[in-house]
Amino acid sequence: MGEKILMKGNEAIGEAAIRAGCRFYFGYPITPQSELTAYMAKKLLKMEDAAFVQAESEIAAINMVYGAAATGVRTMTSSSSPGISLKQEGISYIACAELPCVIVNMQRGGPGLGSIQPGQADYFQATKGGGHGDYHLIVLAPSSVQELVDLTMNAFDLADKYTNPVMILGDGLIGQMMEAVEFKERKKISLPDKERWALTGCKGREKNYIVPFNLDPYEMEKTNFKIQKKYNELKEKEVRYETINLDNADLIVVAYGTVARIIKTVIDNAKKEGINIGLIRPITLFPFPDKIIAETSEKINKFLVVEMSLGQMVEDVKLAVNGRVEVNFYGRVGGVIPTQSEILNEIKKYLK
Amino acid sequence: MKKVFERPKSLTKDPFTYCPGCHHGIAHRLVAEALDDFGVREKTIGVCPVGCSVFAYVFFDCDMICAAHGRAPAVATGIKKSKPDSIVFTYQGDGDLASIGTAEIVHAANRGENITVIFINNAIYGMTGGQMAPTTLVGQVTQTSPYGRDPKTMGYPIKVAEMLSTLKGVAYISRVALSKPAYILKAKKAIKKAFQTQVEGKGFSLVEVLSTCPTNWGLSPIEANKWLEENMIPYFPLGEFKTPEEVS
Repeated sequence: MGEKILMKGNEAIGEAAIRAGCRFYFGYPITPQSELTAYMAKKLLKMEDAAFVQAESEIAAINMVYGAAATGVRTMTSSSSPGISLKQEGISYIACAELPCVIVNMQRGGPGLGSIQPGQADYFQATKGGGHGDYHLIVLAPSSVQELVDLTMNAFDLADKYTNPVMILGDGLIGQMMEAVEFKERKKISLPDKERWALTGCKGREKNYIVPFNLDPYEMEKTNFKIQKKYNELKEKEVRYETINLDNADLIVVAYGTVARIIKTVIDNAKKEGINIGLIRPITLFPFPDKIIAETSEKINKFLVVEMSLGQMVEDVKLAVNGRVEVNFYGRVGGVIPTQSEILNEIKKYLK
Repeated sequence: MKKVFERPKSLTKDPFTYCPGCHHGIAHRLVAEALDDFGVREKTIGVCPVGCSVFAYVFFDCDMICAAHGRAPAVATGIKKSKPDSIVFTYQGDGDLASIGTAEIVHAANRGENITVIFINNAIYGMTGGQMAPTTLVGQVTQTSPYGRDPKTMGYPIKVAEMLSTLKGVAYISRVALSKPAYILKAKKAIKKAFQTQVEGKGFSLVEVLSTCPTNWGLSPIEANKWLEENMIPYFPLGEFKTPEEVS
């Protein structure tokens, strides 16, 4: 057992990334994730064989990540909603070039400049591609600071394993919150060799080149098929979720991240009133845990999706249940966090 | 028999696909010769842009990556930070470097990134078929300045070498041309100095290369060389704008 440390979410990501071997961070200040950028500056600027750059823009930051990732090192950038929008072109290039990296989005209320309070309205952008072209990120959704730490470490392994960018999709609440965390010893896993593609200078080998384009449409189509194959593999092997109280539940709530945390309290409060609520909490938003949702919908016919958006993940839940049961939705947006009592009231509506 | 001329090792055997009379081929060769001269081919990583020279990755026989439009200096920054012992160069056109990528070039220069930038200024967008570039001359007709570039609404051509040489982080900047052998010899020297600056760890270096685009200028290769000398050089004067003492 390691030591427990009280840490703010944003700083915990930084520490987890460094412990996972990330030595190259490129970022731009934006609320509510700036503590992460500051943490990386404080640590990496004092380390050997490491670099921190405060980039001139979000666009430059993601392109620095593209360059560093191309040399085979573990690298990361982070931002919050409007900043992540700016990075989308670069993320599309990285996905097409099949390079590993980690991108953190501590979501805030949108659209536009929005607010600086927590939000979950970047779900579509994170899970459906975000930039141009057919690609996906691996999207991880932590709901506690400890999970933020664990998933950040996992993220680098997943990125290397699938040579695909991974997004940590948190929100301002998780980023700003302080909790006790433990940095657990990680078991070594074997990951694919990067030498075959990394740009390290062509000494003793043919040159390597990374070009995210092909003017021959049939060749470009092949690139697309190759990338899609990885997504199918992800759907087979990497789906993660948490379930609570699925047996005998009167109603199933599907929620992720901060909202799922609130639902856990709602479940306890509802129990006192004799109401049985179950929870499915997707941990991977892509690949999405559709099988467990489909299976559960064969047993329980009341579903409620709660998000800090006006209805984004609910579309994936509907696809998963495929019309078998009614899927209801409750959401607050713009930086507003739904309260336990308003969610419980909403649940009661469907149990009448 | 003594061999007096051969293909630089840093170029592949693939024939250039550039238009007849275009200067990209000469510029590629000069970069390759410089890499050969310093013996750094095996530790070089080149960054190609979006534009005609997006295909530079085919022609340079060293590790290469293609950046998004304008982002080559940021990509090069990421590479150099993670592989500080490598030699990193970007090869960018005027639309790429002086329009969509203005922020990236200014800040890479200002940070004094120890990279070399080869900036091809041919006063026009080549790949997309001849639109106005930030370096298009006043009065010059292009697809998007069909009545000539009017500075009242379109501004004046940007002098990249002069602008960047005001930045303290910059070590070496020069402007060269490739329209005649005497200029090519000077260009070779400048490109070599730029790479020497990097090899010696002295900081950011850039060579602005005035080049022709006969296809989009609507001129023959010979006429294009003449047009460059009569129109571009008077506005974009050749010479060194900044040198670290030791490489001057």
